Amino acid sequence: MRHRTFFAFILPSLVVMLLFIALPILSVAYQSLFIEHEQAMTAVETCDPFGCKTELRVDAAAMEALREAEPMGKFNGLGTYANSSHLAFDELAAIWRDSPSLGVAFTRMLNLPLYKALSFTLAYTFIVTPLVIITGFFIALGVNAIPGLIKGPVIFFSLLPMIVTPLIGSLVLFWMIDSNGILGASLQRLLGDPSLTLKASPTLTWTVLMVYGVWHSAPFSFIVYYAGLQSVPKDTLESAMIDGASRWERVRYVIIPHLLPLTTFIALMQLMDNFRVLEPIVGFSAAANATSLSYLIYNDLRGAETPLFGSAGATSMLTICGVIILLSPVLLRTWRDFNRKTH
Amino acid sequence: MKHTLRYTAALAALLASASLAHADCGIEKGSVRILSNDFLALQLVSAAATACASDTVTVTSNLTAEHKNIQVPALSTNPSSYTIAVVANGSLVPLLNDGLVRPMDDLVAKYGQQLQPNQLIKIDGKVMAIAFMANAQHLMYRKSVLDAAGIAEPKTYEDMVAAAVTLKEKGGIASPLVANFKPGWDLGQEFVNMFSGYGGEFFEPGTANLAINGEAGLKALAMMKAMADTMAPEYMTYDTNSLDPVWTGSGAAMMNMWGSRASAIIDTAGAAPDVAADTVLAAAPTVGGGTIPATTLWWDGFAMAKNITDEDAEASFQAMMAGIAPEVAAANPAAAAWLIKGYEPTPAAVGVFATVAAGAKPYPMLPYMGLLHTALGNNLAEFMQGQESAEQALADVTTAYNTAATEAGFLK
Repeated sequence: MRHRTFFAFILPSLVVMLLFIALPILSVAYQSLFIEHEQAMTAVETCDPFGCKTELRVDAAAMEALREAEPMGKFNGLGTYANSSHLAFDELAAIWRDSPSLGVAFTRMLNLPLYKALSFTLAYTFIVTPLVIITGFFIALGVNAIPGLIKGPVIFFSLLPMIVTPLIGSLVLFWMIDSNGILGASLQRLLGDPSLTLKASPTLTWTVLMVYGVWHSAPFSFIVYYAGLQSVPKDTLESAMIDGASRWERVRYVIIPHLLPLTTFIALMQLMDNFRVLEPIVGFSAAANATSLSYLIYNDLRGAETPLFGSAGATSMLTICGVIILLSPVLLRTWRDFNRKTH
Repeated sequence: MKHTLRYTAALAALLASASLAHADCGIEKGSVRILSNDFLALQLVSAAATACASDTVTVTSNLTAEHKNIQVPALSTNPSSYTIAVVANGSLVPLLNDGLVRPMDDLVAKYGQQLQPNQLIKIDGKVMAIAFMANAQHLMYRKSVLDAAGIAEPKTYEDMVAAAVTLKEKGGIASPLVANFKPGWDLGQEFVNMFSGYGGEFFEPGTANLAINGEAGLKALAMMKAMADTMAPEYMTYDTNSLDPVWTGSGAAMMNMWGSRASAIIDTAGAAPDVAADTVLAAAPTVGGGTIPATTLWWDGFAMAKNITDEDAEASFQAMMAGIAPEVAAANPAAAAWLIKGYEPTPAAVGVFATVAAGAKPYPMLPYMGLLHTALGNNLAEFMQGQESAEQALADVTTAYNTAATEAGFLK
């Protein structure tokens, strides 16, 4: 294809990507460099049904004039990135200086909001992603082996967890694991421990969130693998059978190598998705024990009556950096494969 | 169901009576657009205001729990999307901070004869909002359960915790005490209540500098922990809505619950008539030998958008006067602790008025209070679960607040 034709083909999607992806990211990056103007405050008398008192109030007129002059707010450079809610350089330095041992330093580091969120986000990403790939693969193998008549319904039901909106799915599970819910009550009965609850301890909360993550995303890898299975060359499989390969050997030496490129694709998508985990934390009311980077952004924008745009912007940019770092090994590998094939 | 039906009937009756009499609103023309939170009392108010619609007057209303997130952007446009924002002490502050609401003194003089002086929220002498109902978290308890264990009505948090321990050990109740301890807004609010009860001041007077890091703060946390120790292990996931089924399922014996929920909780026509009949409402308990209840008082009212025409402002004010008319409160006395003229407290409002009478403090309307509330809600969970010390928790709150307040421009 000539370069010009190629360019003409790709132009519409390029424009759309520029408008709806690149520009918003740039504006978020720009916003993250600013904080609010210093508030001009005056003491005034305030009366409500319960009495009067003198309190500080924002001088709205003065603030409006300030905003008119500089609508973006006060330039803060990378200050928001460095503050205690984000990378917390000063706090990290203090922890490094004062901690008697590495263990203590690590515990204290996990008390800082961003690092606490990062610890769950990374644990979630690296535990859920492989489990999703493995579970999806085995479901696909299973479904592929069942007779055609019931295949359709089975595929549909296997896809349900992915079709259900994440927030709804997590709420349903949340109610089921309540100590009055069917799963929670059964577990208490089964283990003979009436005080057992999956919602209380950090470890159990993390486990429940990750089980939910696998439950929700496994259908994605299942359907991709299932599609891939349809394209496994029949003659290779047959010759393997003639050579006396067992079912496991056929899977190991024919099917898995054939599906490897799909695995790269699923890993890419899942790493990206899992790194941005948010809905289960909201649905499971799990913020006491587990927060993620996306949850921090959500909290900055929706937690308070006044949204902190700069802070949310900074966390967003850090998340993007995280995704890039996370994906770079996979992308590098794909790039090398591509180069090897073309040269 | 019966409950819903009854209120639907009340709403319908109100709508019918008001629409028959829509000339009574006396509005010539204009557009009224109401943004409001969504609970029974506010539904009644906005239904009565909507009945003012006529050929020349349009009245629309949007009742949503998301109102807090919508109001600032919606009132920032010119003309603004809504003419009326129904607010509470907390949610009026962001509108004041950005100068998005207008004083209503002239309108009060012209059309507000029905208003009582304590309904006027005056800031720097100007009427910036008009309150029509009061709300507070106060004590609700199961009389038969406490009687059976020989426990009198708890007047202090210390009594309440002692009663909970007794009930747990002798009464065989796994979780005698419940509270809104879900991290986020609810947990923050519980600390605000308790800290006020210990007589604490949140900020250094006249500044935005935080002052919770002291004795009152530590004591408040210790009391919250003592409460938590008597609760079901899932207590950190309970907010106001999730406590409803716990209470009606007789899963608890004492709680400090919002007054606005009282009418549903003591409604003997509701889901659990036995529990409802057995529930007693009382003032919020005091704490640490303090004299005022450890809770904060709230009001709900309305404010008027700045970026609207004077014609719409007049129409909106008149429609809201119809919305909070004495007849509305008289027709639905149990729906809220109304501040409206002629209203006589019903059994559902006993707790709120007892709390007001006992001298509880209002929730602070300071411009930076919301930032502190968020910082509290996000940083107390680890302490509550025994993963860090009270000192560390308060230090974390302080760090989070300072960072947020610096970004919002309240601290340098």
